[in-house]
Amino acid sequence: MSTVATTLTPESADWSQPSKGRTAMICLIIAESAIFSIFVVAYLYYIGKSASGPTPRQVLDLPILSSICLLSSSATITFAIRALISGDTGRFGFWWLATIVLGGYFLFETGREWHDLIYNKGLTIQTNLFGTTFYSLVGLHAFHVLVGLLALLIVMGFTFAGAVKREHAERCEVLALYWHFVDVVWIIVFTVVYIIGL
Amino acid sequence: MNTSPTQSSIAGVMGLPEDAARTWTVFDHLHQWVVTVDHKKLGLMYIMYGLLFFVVAGIEASLIRIQLAVPNNHFLPPRLFNELFTMHGTTMVFLVGMPLIFGFANYLVPLMIGARDLAFPRLNAFGFWLSVFGGLLLYFSLVGGMGMTGAGSMPDIGWFAYAPLTSPAFSRGHSTDYWTIGVLVGGLGSIATAVNIITTILCLRCKGMTLMKMPLLAWLNLVMCGMVLIAIGPLTAAQIMLLFDRFLGAHFFDTQAGGSAVLWQHFFWIFGHPEVYVLILPGFAFASEIIPVFSRKAIFGYPVMVGATVAIAFVSLGVWAHHMFTVGMTPIGNTFFAISTMLVGVPTGIKIFNWIGTMWGGKIRFDTPMLFCVAFLVQFLIAGLTGVMLSVVPFDWQLNSSYFVVAHFHFVLVGALLFTIFGAIYYWFPKATGRLLSERLGKWHFWLFLIGFHVTFDTMHIPGMLGMPRRIYTYEAGRGWDALNMICTVGVGFQALGILFFVGNVLWSLFKGKRAGNDPWDAWTLEWSTTSPPPEYNFAEPLVVKSRRPLWDIKHPTDPDWKFE
Repeated sequence: MSTVATTLTPESADWSQPSKGRTAMICLIIAESAIFSIFVVAYLYYIGKSASGPTPRQVLDLPILSSICLLSSSATITFAIRALISGDTGRFGFWWLATIVLGGYFLFETGREWHDLIYNKGLTIQTNLFGTTFYSLVGLHAFHVLVGLLALLIVMGFTFAGAVKREHAERCEVLALYWHFVDVVWIIVFTVVYIIGL
Repeated sequence: MNTSPTQSSIAGVMGLPEDAARTWTVFDHLHQWVVTVDHKKLGLMYIMYGLLFFVVAGIEASLIRIQLAVPNNHFLPPRLFNELFTMHGTTMVFLVGMPLIFGFANYLVPLMIGARDLAFPRLNAFGFWLSVFGGLLLYFSLVGGMGMTGAGSMPDIGWFAYAPLTSPAFSRGHSTDYWTIGVLVGGLGSIATAVNIITTILCLRCKGMTLMKMPLLAWLNLVMCGMVLIAIGPLTAAQIMLLFDRFLGAHFFDTQAGGSAVLWQHFFWIFGHPEVYVLILPGFAFASEIIPVFSRKAIFGYPVMVGATVAIAFVSLGVWAHHMFTVGMTPIGNTFFAISTMLVGVPTGIKIFNWIGTMWGGKIRFDTPMLFCVAFLVQFLIAGLTGVMLSVVPFDWQLNSSYFVVAHFHFVLVGALLFTIFGAIYYWFPKATGRLLSERLGKWHFWLFLIGFHVTFDTMHIPGMLGMPRRIYTYEAGRGWDALNMICTVGVGFQALGILFFVGNVLWSLFKGKRAGNDPWDAWTLEWSTTSPPPEYNFAEPLVVKSRRPLWDIKHPTDPDWKFE
């Protein structure tokens, strides 16, 4: 993975193979899905098995606004990639920044929710099985959002420095794949925690 | 001290003045290995790392066998015995098996598909050093297990670390934490390398090498890495949960707070059973390359071999609970996992028939690599048969956690995997070093190890049938196990002697072995078309292949394979 932009010789028509970046990212997503499925299974298995309160119904509020923000960031990152492919780096920067703001707001809301749960409602990871599985699953997802945000911020830095050009569209697309994955995982986590689990 | 060939040749190519006066010290060479991103160097480091820990875990196994040789033995204290079988199992799976298979995959896959390196060389180095770090963390518990200031101790929780043994109440100190973190970190390294190898195989094949023209070794490693992606994740997740339990007071496996100890077993074996196939598929890969070359015939039933591999991977993801029949599952669960386990026998059986079909009517040369592969065929068949026996639920209720199970999986991991790894070392050593291993010492190694293996592990089935449980540090005299245990221990001596011949052979051949040339076995895959050892760039020109045996086509221009495939 050299950081120098290379001009690739066009592959001959009778011999083409898939893109390295996309293939590797799909592999990583498969591995990550396996990790998430185990946490989801643990969450589902322990629903209603807590020995003491509080229960999800008593303390959880639906994070509707932040969920909408996170899911719409999948759209903004797609707009950003399209802008980059057409060579409009200004428009790319705008949509990329919008993605970061939306993802950042989601993370901020998660932090606020956790603060409220810990200090006002008395739910920690030690309280009961609900606390254990809730903080692990939501926390694992939030950790992935955080990693994604850091990667997005690095690209943002390069964009401000004027270093992101049309030829980097494929790399940004690979990063976008990861971001879409984080969003899809949130749909599953939301369904499990805030719909099935309530 | 000599000048580095790479350094001077690059300088020469780039028209720079060659720094001939500069001499290379030991530290320069060491530095070159530490910072390398070359797949061949990393592959060799993986293999050396695996072999180093193989000796460590082998010594642990020998100590266990000495303790069990006679009844009422006090050679080892009980706690140390528990620590030794834990470390033996963990080391053999995570620090011997995984590095060895990834080492061979690293070294061979790019050479066999005509690529110059893996897709992401730096990620490759990262994966390797993560694995090393994981191994060092595990063994650091020897000095730091009770905390930085206390006395060291090794984990004593068994390699599958069942809850509640791992709970803070039963595992005081930090040895269990080093086990958890070591395995976790090593697992992340495995995922990184698996991503890399899959990408290499899918994206960097040389021109003309369609998926169905790849060497079977590449196919089997592709499937193996796919299984690593799916199987290591559950292990990682379970280890994270265990760390939360131990450090943050979470309750995943804490039965007092409503948690489930059985859930850990499910999570562990969702990783643990596919892991067996992760380890054995590269063994199949070596056999699928070696047997055709030494039978002088193309592999029999290539498409079926590919299909069977994918089938094994698919079925093996749905068999994990056969490790848990004695936990008490529902009849439906028992039936499902018994049938799925038996089903694995079908594609593996197809593979055995295809290897025999390859040998059938061939002009077989019994050089050392082939000897190991033939022994593998027989031993893997026996391992499969005892595996099918154990898939029968009532039979498993009787024999689970007995020495019968120990004998069964050692037939898989030693009789099948280790034998093919030895075969692979004898086969590809000349490619990596430029010198052949001694056939004479190799035959001593083979026969001593074969005899030792069978004396130990054939015999071990019987005390299991007679009711001897696993993981007991000693037993009373007069239960009918005494002589059998002594025989098992005697076999270890033969195995150790065989390993001594192997180590001696490697050291002697490294300096005095016969020069190999590019293609000592008259083989057909691309790695034999370059020099031994290959240059850093592997191949000077981009390659084009037309069949599964490109070197056959070159050697027999009037009768090329691509006319018939």
